[in-house]
Amino acid sequence: MIKVRDMCLWYGSSQALHHINMEIPDKAITALIGPSGCGKSTFLKSLNRMNDLIPGVKITGEILYNDTDIFSSAIDVNNLRKEIGMVFQKPNPFPMSIYDNIAYGPRTHGIKSRAKLDDIVERSLRGAAIWDEVRDRLKKNALGLSGGQQQRLCIARALAVEPDVLLMDEPTSALDPISTSKIEELAISLKEKYTIIIVTHNMQQAVRISDKTAFFLMGEMIEFGDTEKIFSMPEDKRTEDYITGRFG
Amino acid sequence: MEKQTISGKRKFYIGTLRFLMYLSAAITCGLVLFIVIYVLIKGIPNISWELLSTQPSYIDKSIGILPDILNTLYIIIAALLIVIPVGAGAAVYLTEYAKNKKIVAIIEYTAETLSGIPSIIFGLVGMLFFCEFMNMKTSLIAGALTLVIMNLPTIMRTTQESLKTVPQSYREGAFGLGAGKWRTIRTVVLPGCIDGIITGCILSIGRILGESAALLFTAGSAHVLNGFFQALGDPGSTLTVALYFYAKERGEFGVAFAIAAILMILTLLINLLAAFVGAVFKKRRKI
Amino acid sequence: MKKKKQLFETIIHGVFLILGLITVGSVLLITIYLIISGIPAIREIGIIDFLFGTQWKSTDAEPSFGILPFILTSVYGTAGAVVIGVPVGFLTAVYLAKIAPPKIKTLVTGAVGLLAGIPSVVYGLVGMLVLVPGVRVLFNLPDGANLFSAIIVLAIMILPSIINVSVTALESVPKEYEDASLALGATPVETYFKVSVPAAKSGIAAAVVLGVGRAIGEAMAVIMVSGNVANMPSLFQSVRFLTTAVASEMSYSAGLQQQALFSIALVLFLFIMLINATLNFFLKRSKED
Repeated sequence: MIKVRDMCLWYGSSQALHHINMEIPDKAITALIGPSGCGKSTFLKSLNRMNDLIPGVKITGEILYNDTDIFSSAIDVNNLRKEIGMVFQKPNPFPMSIYDNIAYGPRTHGIKSRAKLDDIVERSLRGAAIWDEVRDRLKKNALGLSGGQQQRLCIARALAVEPDVLLMDEPTSALDPISTSKIEELAISLKEKYTIIIVTHNMQQAVRISDKTAFFLMGEMIEFGDTEKIFSMPEDKRTEDYITGRFG
Repeated sequence: MEKQTISGKRKFYIGTLRFLMYLSAAITCGLVLFIVIYVLIKGIPNISWELLSTQPSYIDKSIGILPDILNTLYIIIAALLIVIPVGAGAAVYLTEYAKNKKIVAIIEYTAETLSGIPSIIFGLVGMLFFCEFMNMKTSLIAGALTLVIMNLPTIMRTTQESLKTVPQSYREGAFGLGAGKWRTIRTVVLPGCIDGIITGCILSIGRILGESAALLFTAGSAHVLNGFFQALGDPGSTLTVALYFYAKERGEFGVAFAIAAILMILTLLINLLAAFVGAVFKKRRKI
Repeated sequence: MKKKKQLFETIIHGVFLILGLITVGSVLLITIYLIISGIPAIREIGIIDFLFGTQWKSTDAEPSFGILPFILTSVYGTAGAVVIGVPVGFLTAVYLAKIAPPKIKTLVTGAVGLLAGIPSVVYGLVGMLVLVPGVRVLFNLPDGANLFSAIIVLAIMILPSIINVSVTALESVPKEYEDASLALGATPVETYFKVSVPAAKSGIAAAVVLGVGRAIGEAMAVIMVSGNVANMPSLFQSVRFLTTAVASEMSYSAGLQQQALFSIALVLFLFIMLINATLNFFLKRSKED
């Protein structure tokens, strides 16, 4: 369970997130929606501390993961990122073989045995519903795959380190409709085992796959609740304006 | 909760690589510092007004490097005077005129080839072609012409790069006003490549200043005081060649270090100038 | 009037074409001159005796012109410079491209630029007076002017090429690759070496090949520290490279001896052409990546 308490974030002197409070449920899909620049991606990247890499970022408040603040000294950022995996907007497989892409994470974390790696690679690729398409060309360069296949490979790569949480940053924005629906199906099947938080521009997508939805606007979280409720009878006027397409 | 951290093995791997990177960077910087400081300390005390302002004399058993300084200056001027129009012209041809992709590919390939050829080979062919075939004998002009060929790729490349930043719309604007091709180039394109030519000149001056192997057999090693035009037709040694002879053939290490210190200071200045000019041009382009 | 203008434009076009072709002409000139002047001696000496002969006695009454010592010295010397220079240059490049804070990066890049700008003869001079005596004392030798000293000087001289080209290659690795690796729980250093470096491998290979070209073509610095005797190469012996063989005898040579020097230059030229082709291969592949 991830609990966010009174979290604020600054890029240098400009504040990008204002007092976010959220409890993200386990084994469910939570969608983050809102217009461009509303802070939803920034928020997502705070959850596995990818914002640490940007110079000048300052964060206050708490993000509790299994009841420990992820910014506290008790947390090792590398282990945190192992447990909270991430899938990016643009498919970004490494320029190496499909096998090596999947094995990269486990190898980094110290698994050397060939048999174990073989097993992890197959399990992860099956988990991301791409095994059948690539089983015969595991040694081929991953960049030879189509965009949609690359994105599923990236999901498989994230699964290979056995995370509990999967962060997805607009994972289908660079894909065609058929690939998009494959990724959506995959996301739904993955929520049995993983907590998924997905940033999306596509409100239909949020409706189709998510259990909970959070609406962000200008660095604030305006409303958070069951997806059905947010899209049928939002409490806040601004949420209603956004989902009915009045801005953004 | 006990803090979970990455394994000791990984920490060791990371620490080792980090250490090796710092060490390598330190070695690189240390080498530069050592060479610069060593040369300056050994050289500067040997630089005297007499050394700079006289020519060597066997009668007084004195050594002066004025001829070498002048020869270096002459050869830089002569080489630049020729290489700038040729190199910039070639760049203009490539970006403005050439339609045939094959010709462009060939010219660019030969330019790359040229920049990979070692100076000793330039020296040898320069000697065969300019000194012997063209009958220039061993002379500064033969050396300068050899350096022209060596520095062609540099001027071409920097000019080409700056030509690429001239917006296509400028050219179209000039054409639209009824200007002919040449007029367009003269009024719109050429002013835009001044940046590249200046950068190329600085780089070339640095390269000519440091060149020795290509000049050994083409410009020779005389230390005679001459005027510009007289000097071009006569053999003459540049500072680097003089350094080589004083150190290797005569064991005059004091003079050699004095020259080395002068070369080092000039190299420093040229590098600073190049960095400064680069920053200015970059800023100007942004506006 | 219009015709006159057209003629004028055609002439200008022609002038620029000629300027463009001067480069091509220069390369042709160099190639043809080296072949024409390099072939006679090889024919007279015999290609096998020339390339594989181990004795170079150009000024003896019964001269012999075997250049195997020079070829091997150049190959060993270059290999040695690469073995020492590449790790240092490569690690410095990773540091500069990925880790160094901006200010330090500017400073170190400036230092590397200076290293590239120092004239060969200055390297030779410092080598003669610091390195050669140092090597003599350190290894307890009668003379420190040997292959080892030459290797050290060459290793330093190829650093700038290796560093600059590698930095460019490493900086052009897409940030997405690095983000993906970090998000999997790899540390930055692991990311640089396991993702960024493999992704930039063609560019880094090009850097190494460029270094090889610089090392094999260097003459003046090497002639000042290598002792310049035509021995078969051995680490602590006085040796002569292909370049220094040409440089050291050209000024007083004549006849077959001079022609043989041209042949040596031809051999060196062939090496360089091979290296250039390899370099282009890697540069092209690095652009495609």
